[in-house]
Amino acid sequence: MPKKNPLDLTFSLVTGVASFSIIVIIIGIFWVLVRESSPAINKFGIMRFLTSTEWDPVKEAFGAATSIYGTFVTTTLALVIAVPAAIGIAIFVTEVAPNFLKGPIGMAIELLAAIPSIIYGMWGLFTLAPLMSRYIEPALQGTVGRLPMLAFLFRGTPLGIDILTASIILSIMIIPFTASIARDSFNLTPPMVKESAYAVGATQWEVVKNVVLPYSKLGVFGGVVLSLGRALGETMAVAFVLGNNHRIATSLFDAAATITVTLANEFTEADKDIYLSSLFYLALVLFVLSFITLALAKLFLIRAERKFSR
Amino acid sequence: MNREKKRKMEGVIALALSTLAAAVGLFWLVFILGDVLVHGIGALHPNLFLNDPVPAGIEGGGLRNAFVGQLLITAYATLIGVPIGVLGGTFLAEYARRTRFARVISVLADIIVSVPSIVIGTFIYALLVRPIGHFSGWAGAVALSLIMVPVVLRTTEDMLSMVPWTLREAAFALGAPYYKVIIQVVYRGAATGILTGVLLSIARVAGETAPLMFTSFNNNFFSWDMNGPVASLTVTIFQYAMGPYESWHAQAWAASFVITLFILMLTILGRLILKWRFKR
Repeated sequence: MPKKNPLDLTFSLVTGVASFSIIVIIIGIFWVLVRESSPAINKFGIMRFLTSTEWDPVKEAFGAATSIYGTFVTTTLALVIAVPAAIGIAIFVTEVAPNFLKGPIGMAIELLAAIPSIIYGMWGLFTLAPLMSRYIEPALQGTVGRLPMLAFLFRGTPLGIDILTASIILSIMIIPFTASIARDSFNLTPPMVKESAYAVGATQWEVVKNVVLPYSKLGVFGGVVLSLGRALGETMAVAFVLGNNHRIATSLFDAAATITVTLANEFTEADKDIYLSSLFYLALVLFVLSFITLALAKLFLIRAERKFSR
Repeated sequence: MNREKKRKMEGVIALALSTLAAAVGLFWLVFILGDVLVHGIGALHPNLFLNDPVPAGIEGGGLRNAFVGQLLITAYATLIGVPIGVLGGTFLAEYARRTRFARVISVLADIIVSVPSIVIGTFIYALLVRPIGHFSGWAGAVALSLIMVPVVLRTTEDMLSMVPWTLREAAFALGAPYYKVIIQVVYRGAATGILTGVLLSIARVAGETAPLMFTSFNNNFFSWDMNGPVASLTVTIFQYAMGPYESWHAQAWAASFVITLFILMLTILGRLILKWRFKR
């Protein structure tokens, strides 16, 4: 190390302050959101706000349950659709595809991640929603919807502006995140172990199933949780196609509201202080939820990496 | 069926399913991009770039205000976000190399990269819009820059860490102080990588809508004034697509086409540079 000179000290201070900005941003967001939502926190409490299904700007009674429920349902459904597809894509890109296709297909899938969410939203509103309401949803109603056990999921007029459409769009958006992390985890499998499995006569699929997947499960799981964290906060893609309907919907064909959709639709229209404060409260709930989810995801990914660096 | 055959069949089916998954992924990409292309090119017209919006029903309106607004907001966001990100990344990769502080900050940066952008919008609203009393382009630029900082910081850290330590030692041996080594040797070695990170971070924020809705808001008139509300393409797309008029929808498609093209080109460019620079 060279000895310190004053300019060096200055430069290290400036860069140090800049790196500290990350902490300032996180604490700043948390502090400001708590400050802004404190009237609503005082009025509605914590548990009551989280569990009340009432969202009535006229009566000035606000509860987050409908928004949290909508967020939970759409993200869960999106994950159910996206995770198998993403793992399939990762298997294809790492194991099945011929070498000259690996790069381009991986790139194409990553381009899906680069498309802005507002484009997904517009495409959903003008293209996917009409297709859903005209063909796919009536078809679902006519087949699986006939089963008495499942009928409640497919009740109502298929308008295309509903939970199912929003979840499909959301799933298309998160496939690339999950797929690229799954691919990276697959690639971490030591080739030696794979080759040993081939040497004792395993088929390609058996190698994937019994060697690659067990080796990379922590990383893949981290990728899934990361996608969950992203999906929780996705706004524009769902704002177009979910309606903004504050109730606990049971049918996949019902309009609903997520935390993000509520914020996007009502934030600039909130005319009373307690209304705006409740919206800040919602934003705080979303911030805490996604921060915890993303931190967990990061924890899994770090553990997965560590396993291999040893 | 004997066991051998069963194992082979199982393998063929599973791998066929994974191929199918990749095909479905590509299908969505082609479907969405094709749709934006078809609708967007049909609605492209010089008026879109040259004229400001006119009341619905009158011919010849455009989105000049939104194009200029978007450029202004993104440019100022870059001017605010990139220096902070690069300097912060420098500290983590150089002065704080291998310390617990550096590890904690880069994990936190990775986390807030994915924090919902709409939350950032509400944060800036409370910080810069409500106290001042009106929406402003500055608030929008600051909101976008907050999204940029962690992205740029992390890529800078990674890129600087890739510069071999021996290069620094060579410069130390000539008696250069550390700050000079960083600026004249390390930055030079990592310049392409950092630039790519900046490109990708611009691509990331150029399509953001949610953080702008409560900050720069929207403006139907042409404006250079960053102290007042400034139109942006993304917020305009949202407003026009949700609106009732066919002509609005057409303009929203055209704007979507332009913005998607811009972002995809930046992304591809960034990836190609990375591939070309770090071919192992």
